[in-house]
Amino acid sequence: MPQSFRLENIGLINRNKKLSFKFNGKTYFGYEGDTLASALIANGVHLIGRSFKYHRPRGFFGAGVDEPYAIVQLYRNGETEPNIKATEQELFEGLEAKSVNCWPSVNFDVGAINNFLKIFLPAGFYYKTFMWPKSFWYKIYEPFIRKAAGLGVASIEHDKERYEHKYEYCDLLIAGSGPSGLASAYAAAKNGARVILAEDKSRFGGTLLTSEVNIGNKSGKEWADGIISELKEMPNVTVKNRSQVFGYYDHNMLVMSERISDHLPETKKFHPKQRLWYIRAKEVLISSGSIERPIVFGNNDTPGVMLSSAAKEYLKVYGVLVGKNPLIFTNNDSGYETAIEFKKNGIESVILDTRKNPQSEIVEEAKNLGIKIKFSYVVVAAQGYKKVKSADIAKISDDKEQLGVIENIKCDCICVSGFWTPTIHLASQSGNKTKFNEDIDAFVPGVSKQNEKTLGAANGVYTLDETLKSSLEIGHKLSKKITKSDNKISFPNVVEKKSTVHDKFWCVPLPKGKSYKRFLDFQNDVAVSDVEIALKEGYRSIEHVKRYTTLGMATDQGKTSNLNGLQLVSKIENKVVPNVGHTTFRPPYTPVSIGAIVGREVGKHSKPTRKSPMHLWHEKNNAIFVDAGVWLRPRYYKQGNENLFEASKREAKNVRTNVGVCDVTTLGKIDIKGPDAAELLNRVYTNAWLKLPVGKARYGVMLREDGIVMDDGTTTRISENHYHMTTTTAQAANVLSHLEYYLQLVWPELNVNVVSTTEQWAGAAIAGPKSRDLLQKLFPNNDVSKEGLPFMGFMEGDLFGVKARIFRISFSGELAYEVNVESDNGNFMWEKIMELGQEFKIQPYGTEALSTLRIEMGHVAGSELDGRTIPYDNSLEGLLSKKKDFIGKRSLTRAAFTAIDRQKVVGVVPLDKKTSIPEGSHLVKDSNAPLPNPKLGYISASCWSVEYDNPFSLAILKDGKNMIGEKLFVMSPLKNKVIPVEIVSSHYVDPKGERVRS
Amino acid sequence: MLHIKCPHCGMRSQNEFSYGGDASVKRPELGKEISDEEWNNFVYNRKSLRGKHWELWQHLSGCRQWIKVERDTATHEIFKTLKANEEIS
Repeated sequence: MPQSFRLENIGLINRNKKLSFKFNGKTYFGYEGDTLASALIANGVHLIGRSFKYHRPRGFFGAGVDEPYAIVQLYRNGETEPNIKATEQELFEGLEAKSVNCWPSVNFDVGAINNFLKIFLPAGFYYKTFMWPKSFWYKIYEPFIRKAAGLGVASIEHDKERYEHKYEYCDLLIAGSGPSGLASAYAAAKNGARVILAEDKSRFGGTLLTSEVNIGNKSGKEWADGIISELKEMPNVTVKNRSQVFGYYDHNMLVMSERISDHLPETKKFHPKQRLWYIRAKEVLISSGSIERPIVFGNNDTPGVMLSSAAKEYLKVYGVLVGKNPLIFTNNDSGYETAIEFKKNGIESVILDTRKNPQSEIVEEAKNLGIKIKFSYVVVAAQGYKKVKSADIAKISDDKEQLGVIENIKCDCICVSGFWTPTIHLASQSGNKTKFNEDIDAFVPGVSKQNEKTLGAANGVYTLDETLKSSLEIGHKLSKKITKSDNKISFPNVVEKKSTVHDKFWCVPLPKGKSYKRFLDFQNDVAVSDVEIALKEGYRSIEHVKRYTTLGMATDQGKTSNLNGLQLVSKIENKVVPNVGHTTFRPPYTPVSIGAIVGREVGKHSKPTRKSPMHLWHEKNNAIFVDAGVWLRPRYYKQGNENLFEASKREAKNVRTNVGVCDVTTLGKIDIKGPDAAELLNRVYTNAWLKLPVGKARYGVMLREDGIVMDDGTTTRISENHYHMTTTTAQAANVLSHLEYYLQLVWPELNVNVVSTTEQWAGAAIAGPKSRDLLQKLFPNNDVSKEGLPFMGFMEGDLFGVKARIFRISFSGELAYEVNVESDNGNFMWEKIMELGQEFKIQPYGTEALSTLRIEMGHVAGSELDGRTIPYDNSLEGLLSKKKDFIGKRSLTRAAFTAIDRQKVVGVVPLDKKTSIPEGSHLVKDSNAPLPNPKLGYISASCWSVEYDNPFSLAILKDGKNMIGEKLFVMSPLKNKVIPVEIVSSHYVDPKGERVRS
Repeated sequence: MLHIKCPHCGMRSQNEFSYGGDASVKRPELGKEISDEEWNNFVYNRKSLRGKHWELWQHLSGCRQWIKVERDTATHEIFKTLKANEEIS
């Protein structure tokens, strides 16, 4: 298919490289350097999608980031991505894209019936209509709206691409490489500052690529190219294209998204697709330029109606004609520049100027070129459904209220210019108080809050001469402040055409008897009439009008619609625009892919994975792992076709009858040293610590200041002033911070140091009646007899030449020990234990069996110490010292904590001794009581008791102390279970603790 | 993301720190008899100021020191940072 709208001798595309691509299944050709939009227009394709609400035909409106219409679903290298702007997507060989929001096709779209129903779909329609009947919402309204809504489909596949994050520091960050960005970057770089220059598009230069100017005897583009190549050579400068600075955050941190591979058919090996830059800049220069504003008229959303600057960009950058019979509708001189470019390329256009008699160099030039101009004329309405075919035009009175006789004029596109809106998003995000500039009818940055300055068109300065002058100056001034150097750049001679003032006219009145839709927001289909309704219904704040009508709430964030919306509200409300105010600008300036935001922190990389030194052994021995905080722990070791239940039962039973070994490396370990170490322990633990002898361990509980249990564990006195504290796996980091807090801030007089040694020690718990026999084999040189190493005793041992710490502590209810060796020796220790344990029928056990063993003996753990329970609730009140104060003690006297029917941990056994009890179930008195059935407690942990071979659970039960022997019901509405149970002591196995002391 | 000057390490990004609340709170002395109201004020009641606020941060992924930071809770401006043992002036 020929590119019938492509010109031969103009444009910056590479005509030597032809690219094929598909749109809606049809193959087209474009060139390297095209965007999807420019390539489609070159092929005469103007119908690209359907609008969000009314499903009206959609074409192209802009040529870049401001595009509200041309959103497509992109297919690249086997993956798909929605919400891609055709005006930003660079063409690559094999690109595929499809229209969105249309069914069955963009040419024949069923949803377009909304367009004929539009009288029924005014502002707030959804709010008003889908409220009743309530039951209809889930079944009818919501699925229907969901299907009807949306601009594309998110992929449900795993994203195979890689995204990276990068942190960077610089002296000056400059956002935008137009004239002001280039000049300021150049001045600052030449003065020695570290500069990052970011350009959103693939080409540097901004408006210099399309405007007819002369800088230092070079064309704008030549000058820009020269500066860029010089900057790229400088070691203190980073120049980035395809990079959008989209957010301005606190303390001068900006975030930029760099699209590294989106313009390629596939990402190169070892390259990321996109990179997110977190940039901390000393100074920020915002040179983001301005966006042309539309003029509002009837059917102004018809494909073929577009910004005049976009028409000029398609022509000069891509060599593409947006039409062969253009009509230019303008209220300022910019429209003339587009007409002049058309004329130079052999295309005759007609200019409708709302002004009566403008006088300027540019207007003169157009007249001299013989371009047809109609002054005091407006477009009343575009005609044509899927493409502009003609325009209804009329003369307008001097007060802009009365339309003359309507004439029809043939045209195939309407290029609109309603003057320019500075892009102040970044300045506003930084906290800059913007102000309204009457001369340009737009907001410009006011007083800076952070170290930011706005330059050039973004600051409302529209002449090149002034822009370059001020930008060079500011670049020099700011860099001088940082580098203390004083190298000045001489100011180049600038030639540009002078323009005259614009006309404040922005909205064409409706002719009598006509009801054309006049759109303000092209992406969300918000028309003048919608805003009128919102105001009539009493919405006053611009923020409310925005949310009710959805004006400016689409993915383009109202880049082309906000200001006209404000003009309308101010006109109806009879207020000036600054008093209406503008809605808040929030990052991101333009959509950023979720992949880029997440970076590499996906899947297993979302947090670090910690593995014990014995991990490989576990893997080799069929361990099934479970995430325990950041650790991977064996949950059970699978034998044959065993499932979790069978394996954990076998492992737990082997501990009760023979001996088992469990990897307890993950326990938090804190080394505590100093003459006041005992005093610190005495303050943070609830029980007494001053008299613990050397070589002994003690179990301790620590509270938060509010009396809630924070953690438990054992601490061992290694030597006079040296203690070894263990914490639960989950609380290790918090406990260390907790100790540091008290030592550094509350009791700095205590002479103690604490340091985490979690990763320095590998630990193995050896538990079961035969554990002592095994221990004696492991430590033939040590006396580990009942007398030599009594319960809660500690000794240093010699494990075949490896130094070890042996603790006689138990969390299983059995005779048990914990052996620690330096991490590097962990695997040696483990293999020795397994080797010498053979004769005692040793088996490794995982966290599931570990849980079973601790639940059976009623030892509370994380599921009971859940941040809601006090020592009494966990039957730990025996550990509360009456003689001394400790953290959280005062809180335990609160009325609720001393109530006589306070909750307490109990054991729960099903009456049938068969039915397993789901964790999290509720305990109630009467299973048939009317709802809400009063809840007496909840099941905190469940297991299958290997001692009694029936289910057993722990529960936190109201007045648990007096409930032993009661019959209650466990109810689990989630699992639809009602189980009659008996309340028993939480110490189900070995209630007197004889085995652990044996 | 805030940029916080650790008095021990220098300027660091917020993601190296964890927040620790109002720095003006003083823990009652151990063993001292105090009223319920006084204890409740210590444990629960905070002013939650808008504006200048002395607060605690811990340089968790750095030197692990608790520090005092004077920050404007509305604008995030940081005026001063102190070591744990330096008195708020």
